[in-house]
Amino acid sequence: MAAPNKGRRSPAAQSRPGRALVLILVVIAALVGGMFYSGTMTPRLGIDLAGGTSFTLEAQNQPGKPNAINETNMKTAAGIIERRVNGLGVSEAEVQTQGTNHIIVNIPKGTDAKQARQQVGTTAQLGFRTVLTAAAGAKTPTPGASESPKAGSGEKEKQGGDSASATPSAGPTTQGRAVSDALKKDDAPSPSGKPTGSPSAPPVQQPPAGADIPAALQKKLAALDCSTKESRSAAAEQAARAKPSDSIVSCEDDGKTKYALGPVKVEGTDVDDAKASFDQQGGQGWLVQMNFTSAGGKKFADVTGDIATKTPPQNQFAITLDGEVVSAPQVSSAIAGGNAQITGGFTQQTAEDLANMLSYGALPLSFKIADETTVTAALGGEQLNAGLIAGAIGLALVVIYLIAYYRGLSLVALASLVVSAVLTYTIMTLLGPAIGFALNLPAVCGAIVAIGITADSFIVYFERIRDEIREGRTLRPSVERAWPRARRTILVSDFVSFLAAAVLFIVTVGKVQGFAFTLGLTTLLDVVVVFFFTKPLMTLLAKRKFFYSGHPWSGLDPTRLGAKPPLRRGRRTSAPIETKEA
Amino acid sequence: MSKLGNIGARLYRGEVGYDFIGKRKIWYAVSILITITAIVGLGVRGLNMGIEFSGGAVFTTPKTSVSSTQAQHQAEAASGGHAATVQKLGNGGLRIQISELDTKESVPVQEKLAKDLNVPVEDVNTQLVGPSWGEEIANKAWLGLGIFMILVVIYLAIAFEWRMALAALIALIHDLTITVGVYALVGFEVTPGTVIGLLTILGYSLYDTVVVFDSLKEASRGITKQSRYTYGEIANRSINSTLVRSINTTVVALLPVAGLLFVGGGFLGAGMLNDISLALFVGLAAGAYSSIFIATPLVADFKEREPQMKALARRVRAKRASAAAKNDSQGSAEGAAESGEEPQDDAPAAAGSSAAGPRSQPASRTRGRGRPSGKRR
Repeated sequence: MAAPNKGRRSPAAQSRPGRALVLILVVIAALVGGMFYSGTMTPRLGIDLAGGTSFTLEAQNQPGKPNAINETNMKTAAGIIERRVNGLGVSEAEVQTQGTNHIIVNIPKGTDAKQARQQVGTTAQLGFRTVLTAAAGAKTPTPGASESPKAGSGEKEKQGGDSASATPSAGPTTQGRAVSDALKKDDAPSPSGKPTGSPSAPPVQQPPAGADIPAALQKKLAALDCSTKESRSAAAEQAARAKPSDSIVSCEDDGKTKYALGPVKVEGTDVDDAKASFDQQGGQGWLVQMNFTSAGGKKFADVTGDIATKTPPQNQFAITLDGEVVSAPQVSSAIAGGNAQITGGFTQQTAEDLANMLSYGALPLSFKIADETTVTAALGGEQLNAGLIAGAIGLALVVIYLIAYYRGLSLVALASLVVSAVLTYTIMTLLGPAIGFALNLPAVCGAIVAIGITADSFIVYFERIRDEIREGRTLRPSVERAWPRARRTILVSDFVSFLAAAVLFIVTVGKVQGFAFTLGLTTLLDVVVVFFFTKPLMTLLAKRKFFYSGHPWSGLDPTRLGAKPPLRRGRRTSAPIETKEA
Repeated sequence: MSKLGNIGARLYRGEVGYDFIGKRKIWYAVSILITITAIVGLGVRGLNMGIEFSGGAVFTTPKTSVSSTQAQHQAEAASGGHAATVQKLGNGGLRIQISELDTKESVPVQEKLAKDLNVPVEDVNTQLVGPSWGEEIANKAWLGLGIFMILVVIYLAIAFEWRMALAALIALIHDLTITVGVYALVGFEVTPGTVIGLLTILGYSLYDTVVVFDSLKEASRGITKQSRYTYGEIANRSINSTLVRSINTTVVALLPVAGLLFVGGGFLGAGMLNDISLALFVGLAAGAYSSIFIATPLVADFKEREPQMKALARRVRAKRASAAAKNDSQGSAEGAAESGEEPQDDAPAAAGSSAAGPRSQPASRTRGRGRPSGKRR
């Protein structure tokens, strides 16, 4: 697109005008059909036009951090929540702080409120902690996670399966107690000399240095109940409040294993970026792939190198999210390379949500949803109506102007505008359910300005055609000769608009991003409409007598246009239509 | 209308035209004046930032029968003219946000609101809200703008040349300054809609400039190989020949926005529509104006400083001097036809269609159509 005059258009647009027209009609039919199929007939409107749901989040006091609820943290939290709920930036959610300890989140009508609740309520405090000891919390002997990303399955310890809870055991609670009891008695273990391959006593993961684990922690682990969802979330809440430098006890999120964990070695802030992906080979299903910052990657390599030499379960590290162990892979060698992955029971949705949260970082505070209520449109129906009426009046004036100036040609112009409008409308409608696209009032105004940009493309083309006619050519050569020159102008200028849209979309967040999306979409549609509709239609119409004979109402009357006397007309017209690159 | 068509044809042939380049100093002066006014307006009055940027107070009322439109008017009156947004809540209550109120100011407003809405004053919950358009959005928007400017200058420098890139950038800054200045002078509240409007203008202003530049680039191709016209004259003709397109595009783009601004905002009294459409209207008009009156003359100014173009200007002068001398000796008045950029009366132009003929075919137009260079005039 940067050098549009280099590439010759596919001949379809030039020599087979009918085909391009059919193509675009098929596309329109498909889009309209898709609209009916999906059942959404109108674009999703932004909260300013349609209202939506409003959450009030209340920051929770955290013991040990008395001054945590301050302006800076609240602002940071609002920023992170904004990015979480806005996803691609087109969903028009609004986030603002209220008072000293509240954040209001407004999401437009039609957004998945359940998902939004999860997005705003999850703190996403990620931590990589070393495992001090683990205990089975359930009967089924599967560890929640087993494998570290870089340590391939070949390196994986053979007995990896029996690391955490691959042990037949009785009830979860008694099991836990058994472990802790065993630990207490085990005052002078000799684990360091123990070959890693040797199976340890089934219920007990013999810690190599039991003395390292404070008695208080052991007691806590013993008391920890991971059997029910309620008890797990209570435990998680408690664990989440602990300082990163503290040791904690925590449940695996499926409740099967519980852990005593050391201090946080690598923090969520060390994660640069995360994305969800589907593991084809390993059969692990959905997982979240993380890239560390350079400092984070080094820390991660250090800590994995450190624990790799230890015996199970201390060769595991636990990935905790808001106090819950998401997975606890074993490590057999230092993991360098600055990335890691989290596996374990993700669906596509949960993996994407987690990746999203990790990318945007953890909230500096934890929040509780204090209130949830519906709100009506901030602008009210009258604004939208006023806008639509005014827009309609403006459009009517445009139509009158075009007809008065371009006469017959205005048919082409108006048809192109209609096609462009239909394409814009259907695509915006379909994008509502697809990516959460919501149309707010500024976007509606932007779309109205887009009319001008779309109209400009064919005004440029029409003026070129008329210039050619003024040179004394007949219509059909004029239409073909004007095209390459008009095409270049259209591409060069649309590229600038598209560049603006692309840069703003990539760099910015929030409403600006939403705007950039609309701009990019309308610019692309402009090019599509001119190439696949206006030009072919013009080629077809040039064959009609009404136009090529220069009927006074065709807008192409040579005498009206002040064409030169046909001095050279004969020669020119007989010449082959050379569509020279201008 | 046929007259209009004629003007189009004559503009195209260069028979009529406005001397944009020759009178550029006037338009530079006009623009500088407007820009200074805008900057002064901005400095003196400042921008009236909306609640989305500056935060404000939010009042939550219990269930009330007052409609949100009524409540909005009452809230605006109660707060002494600050803009208010009103939303109805699920329980029938209202959430009223008023910009630029602090804790102290909000107390009397709360009392007045309670009275107006007929609810007990202690049931109206008042809190301060922070901006929903946080610093992060603003910072990233600036960053994006910066990156875009750099990229677009690079792109224009490659697709055209650096002089055009520079001129386009100046024109863009000109447009944005004027729009922001008008905002400060009118005193409308700056909302996210305004910012979106400004960004739309950013795109449109450059777009329009690029269309004009494209025609200029085409017209000035092979300019050094002829000695009939200077760069400035060719630039002028290229503006004039795209003038019809510029006018038509501007009209088509401005009409709907004017509809929004004057009909929507004026008669129907819609608040946020006003904010957006004012920004758009001023910006679009400024964008169209600057492409023609500022950007292209600037390019001509830059280009005329090139040694090549200076040499060309000398050749053109020399040729004209000799032609004038010849004409003088013949006592002919046809010399008038040679000053290509002067707006001409019909008489001398019509003096000979042969004189007008070649002008519709300036060297640059003919070239690039496959005619061997040997046949160049």
